[in-house]
Amino acid sequence: MSVRMKDKLATLVFYLIAFVIIGILAGLLGYILVRGVSHISFHFLISPPENIKAGGGIGPQLFNSLFLLFLTMLITVPIGLGGGIFMSEYAKPGRVTRGLRMLVEVLSSLPSIVVGLFGLLVFVQLSGWGFSLFSGAIALTIFNLPLMVRITEQALQAVSVEQREASLALGLSRWRTIVSVVLPAAIPGIITGTILASGRVFGEAAALMFTAGMSTPALDFTNWNPFSANSPINPMRPAETLAVHIWKVNSEGLAPDAKEIAAGASAVLIIAVLIFNLTARWVGRFIHRVLTASK
Amino acid sequence: MQHVPKEQDRFKRHHLEELTGKTFAYVSIAILLVALVAITYFIASKGLSTFFKNDVNLFNFLFGTEWSPEGDMGKPSFGAFPFIFGSFAVTVLAALISAPLGIGAAIFMNEIAPAWGQKVLQPVIELLVGIPSVVYGFVGLSLVVPFMRERFEGVGFGLASGMVVLSVMILPTITSVALDSLKALPIKLKEASFALGATRWQTISKVLVPAALPGLLTGVVLGMTRAFGEALAVQMVIGNSQKLPESLFDSTSTLTSVLTLEMGNTIAGSAHSNALWSLALILLVMSFVFILLIRFLGRRGQTHER
Repeated sequence: MSVRMKDKLATLVFYLIAFVIIGILAGLLGYILVRGVSHISFHFLISPPENIKAGGGIGPQLFNSLFLLFLTMLITVPIGLGGGIFMSEYAKPGRVTRGLRMLVEVLSSLPSIVVGLFGLLVFVQLSGWGFSLFSGAIALTIFNLPLMVRITEQALQAVSVEQREASLALGLSRWRTIVSVVLPAAIPGIITGTILASGRVFGEAAALMFTAGMSTPALDFTNWNPFSANSPINPMRPAETLAVHIWKVNSEGLAPDAKEIAAGASAVLIIAVLIFNLTARWVGRFIHRVLTASK
Repeated sequence: MQHVPKEQDRFKRHHLEELTGKTFAYVSIAILLVALVAITYFIASKGLSTFFKNDVNLFNFLFGTEWSPEGDMGKPSFGAFPFIFGSFAVTVLAALISAPLGIGAAIFMNEIAPAWGQKVLQPVIELLVGIPSVVYGFVGLSLVVPFMRERFEGVGFGLASGMVVLSVMILPTITSVALDSLKALPIKLKEASFALGATRWQTISKVLVPAALPGLLTGVVLGMTRAFGEALAVQMVIGNSQKLPESLFDSTSTLTSVLTLEMGNTIAGSAHSNALWSLALILLVMSFVFILLIRFLGRRGQTHER
């Protein structure tokens, strides 16, 4: 075979690979949406699941997922910002910083089930909190934090040195410079990253089976007392999230329409992820436009 | 005369501000350190008690093939080899499919059709990252498993199904890391190769891929890290029988799938429970090993998706 022929053939193979990957995604999304969307209805989205009868919904699970996401972000965002500021602004190049960077890397590559088991041992059993939203939120925080630190660090690093120098030259303290000059400039990047991270938290299941639990008490959506056992906003109650529910329905679901429920719930999860993804792109562009007045 | 105390005030405020901010940043990063130390300590202390308290022989644990922790027939035995084998097998198989596809896609995006690749393939890769693992499990269960059952021997649940599901899951990781490392190559390499009259394929295969090899391998190892630790999607399709698989299409278990299924049903402190913690310890140690491997491949300062 001539060299030119080989080149042509290779190009063809690379095109094939690209189409295969696009085909995989299109197939995945198409399959999940086609199978699932027909099962999604208002009733499905708000009503509680049934164990042995058909027609159960995913209301509490959907609420749990959103509430858990909110709790996790409440803990993750400030600590992640702090960690990112440290890595970008205070860490001096050297062995300690290299070690810390490795720490972030190791934490972010821990299997989520290992983090979940750690949560089971420490938050559920040793601390006596039991299966609860709070235990789940801390477990999620552990593997969302490294991501948040990295997002913040990268966004801060992208801000030009001149901006820092100008602020320092005006006599502002280093911290004031970070808070009122560097951080605002990095905000679009941080927000985009945070929304993408939220999408990941939303779909997480392995760590939650052992921390937030696999059941939800019957919730009374008129009871907003955070200390009451059947209140939706009580952080100390067990909470099965949407992703955990999909796993449970698939592996031990007894309802006659278990397959449909799994399909519908998967479609809801995928649509949520798509929304997170699109919002992240859109919000990032929007804030950038507002802050810089560019088009 | 009033000027002096004012200056001092500002000086003081300056320092207080700086101190508060610094403390905040230091405490935040310390929390990460505490988390990792605590995870390592607790998992290790629980996982090691199998060998120190329950007197299970480490060699028998790692290489024994009989797993009956409750001792249903006589003495309990803790042979975790089938799970260790299952985890490694499914990880390596997934990487065998995903590595060429992922690296190929990265080359396509960087060398063959950059504009098109960035516009179409980039969002595709990002979306694939975002799909939750239970959804992969669901699709595996309702598409891949029936397909395997119809086309090949066996019940459909097994190594091959796990391999297919995992290979799609780790594809984006491999692609994005490979893409970064190709992008980081100096353009001169390509120019020099073209100037010598090499074709694009010759340039890619003889110059660019060898030059970017450490980065490409890093991507593959990161993908394997993810595959090794993935729990639910694998559990849903691999069949979970507690024995060594006899073929690609035979049902088996992984470390994560056993943990998923059995951890909820054991009594804390029992030998069975401790043995499961030992499996978790193996997972933890392996993720350290993968990170060391990545370090060894020599890409410092770059960070990636799990």
